[in-house]
Amino acid sequence: MSAAGPMLQIRELHKSFGRTEILKGLDLDVDRGAVVCILGPSGSGKSTLLRCVNRLETVDAGWISVDGELVGYRRRGNRLYELPDKEVARARANVGMVFQHLHLFPHMTALDNVTLGPTLVHKESKPVAEDHARELLGRVGLADRASAFPNELSGGQQQRIAIARALAMRPSLILFDEPTSALDPELVGEVLEAMRNLANSGMTMVVVTHEVAFAREVADTVAFMDGGVIVEAGPPRQVLEHPQHRRTGEFLSKVL
Amino acid sequence: MLRRADPRLLQAAPDAGYDGDGAGGPTGGGIAAAGTRGGSGEDEPPSAPAGIVTEPFAAQPLATGPTGTGPGGAAELIGGEPATVVRLRHPWRWVAGALVALLVAMLVRSLATNPRFDWSVVRENFTTHATLMGLWVTIELTVISMAIGIILGTVLAVLRLSPNPLVSSASWVYVWVFRGTPVIVQILFWNFVAALYPTLSIGIPFGPSFVQGNANTVVTPFVAAILGLGLNEAAYMAEIVRAGILSVPEGQSEAALSLGLTRLQTMRTIVLPQAMRVIVPPTGNEVISMLKTSSLASVIAVTELLYSVQIVYSRTFQQIPLLLVAVIWYLIVTTILNVGQYYLERRFARGSARSLPLTPWQRLRRLVGTNHARPAMAGAASPAPRSDRR
Ligand SMILES: Nc1ncnc2c1ncn2[C@@H]1O[C@H](COP(=O)(O)OP(=O)(O)O)[C@@H](O)[C@H]1O
Ligand SMILES: [Mg+2]
Repeated sequence: MSAAGPMLQIRELHKSFGRTEILKGLDLDVDRGAVVCILGPSGSGKSTLLRCVNRLETVDAGWISVDGELVGYRRRGNRLYELPDKEVARARANVGMVFQHLHLFPHMTALDNVTLGPTLVHKESKPVAEDHARELLGRVGLADRASAFPNELSGGQQQRIAIARALAMRPSLILFDEPTSALDPELVGEVLEAMRNLANSGMTMVVVTHEVAFAREVADTVAFMDGGVIVEAGPPRQVLEHPQHRRTGEFLSKVL
Repeated sequence: MLRRADPRLLQAAPDAGYDGDGAGGPTGGGIAAAGTRGGSGEDEPPSAPAGIVTEPFAAQPLATGPTGTGPGGAAELIGGEPATVVRLRHPWRWVAGALVALLVAMLVRSLATNPRFDWSVVRENFTTHATLMGLWVTIELTVISMAIGIILGTVLAVLRLSPNPLVSSASWVYVWVFRGTPVIVQILFWNFVAALYPTLSIGIPFGPSFVQGNANTVVTPFVAAILGLGLNEAAYMAEIVRAGILSVPEGQSEAALSLGLTRLQTMRTIVLPQAMRVIVPPTGNEVISMLKTSSLASVIAVTELLYSVQIVYSRTFQQIPLLLVAVIWYLIVTTILNVGQYYLERRFARGSARSLPLTPWQRLRRLVGTNHARPAMAGAASPAPRSDRR
């Protein structure tokens, strides 16, 4: 753990699927406690970027570091050694992820969804994990649904439990991949509210979203991504109201 | 004349709210069904999906009509005129039913009157020591072979999905060989394996060995049967487990991995439990199939159920009655297994189906039509598999 330096650093990141290059030398820094919202057209590689940060995808070139540690590799001298499964898992525990498609575990109650990681990965005892889980469920406004199964909950409730599940690991960084895109419009607000509270609590967050209003209000930095690179990044007011880049302007005129 | 007023349809629909006490009405089925779904005191209002979980009764047009009119008649107001609802008749069902009844009667008469069935011999041999021992060996063969099949099959399925091509093709080759040859040939092969390897030893490959044994004493016919049945079964189970694993959306393992679970933990706590819903039904079939296939062990003189009765009839020449002894025992055990499979499937439907199907017992009670037999009962019963979790 290094207290200095950005929480997330991405340098010259390249990633291809087969012959198609999706990420083309992408750079991004996220400071501790900062909220970065990434906007961009569909297919521009936003999900791929987040998946690389959590090493659900391997990278072809460039590097990513979270909290001062390289993702997926260890450097010795001028060589990078690929990390074994166990250490990749340990590093992932430090990065929370909330998915677009509400990947709660359907065969477990809300409470068990939240306690699974802490008990298996951090080896917390069941009572300790459950106390913490109940507190987190309270924070996302679902203290009374601890024993519900996901299919008994609305999409918005499921997504808030997914947020509690990510928080339970006490991560340094949480990645959100379009957390409200699969929700009915009337359920979007409650999830954004939970995320806003989280941002106010000082959590470092990278949020891929189409909710421009949320980005404007909550983000410290808005980054616009297109064609596998970050086209421009800066304070929300600047990027959203005076975009420097033509493509940013075009995109914003479509979503606003 | 196919359509006519049928007063009985009033009796047919009491569960759907036509109970004449006014409490039913069109939402009767809906309320009951919402109870079915929530079941655990949830405060969700009766909603659209309710229609899906109601029983066929409620789904019939009659039950969804505007208002019940009490026990007196099926009159409804359509276009201001009183109209009588008639139910579609199915005359061919009656013809088919009569035909089946006739055939059953003929069979029963033959069973009862043909002296060559020799029911007294069946009765005498039904619970002899030899028969019961044979039954026990059959059960042992089934249980042990299935255990080997399930464990080895799961390992093979996981290996098959490994990113390492060498490992996954080894699993493929195993399935290819063991599924591609008759199980009876495999049983015979293991029985004669001593001819191939007279001594078996455990030790370091190409190095010293720690334990040695004569293959003929290690691989008894019983062991040969277990090997033949179990290793063959593993090939089939591998495919079943693989299909189950593939049925779990990839997002599930990604969510687990992103929490920091290792691949093994993810497989054990997230993927396999969800795969069970797909794995359990065909595995139940495999168990029942194994019970019957274990009779092949008779060819290498393992005294399981079939061979036990064969020993007796080779002496007494009462083949048919003794085979009936085996037949009845096989039917008894498969029936028990069927019931077990049914409840196991219910258990693993948790978290996927919105409401569990009724148990036969619940269905029976509904049919009898007591007050407890309303669809809401399913709600009272469905949390059971949930609440027993901790
Ligand atoms: N596993 C994969 N294999 C092949 N192509 C992929 C894979 N994942 C994503 N892609 C492709 O990469 C491109 C970027 O995808 P994605 O990162 O999901 O974009 P976004 O999230 O910005 O919409 C898309 O064209 C998609 O088809
Ligand atoms: Mg995406």
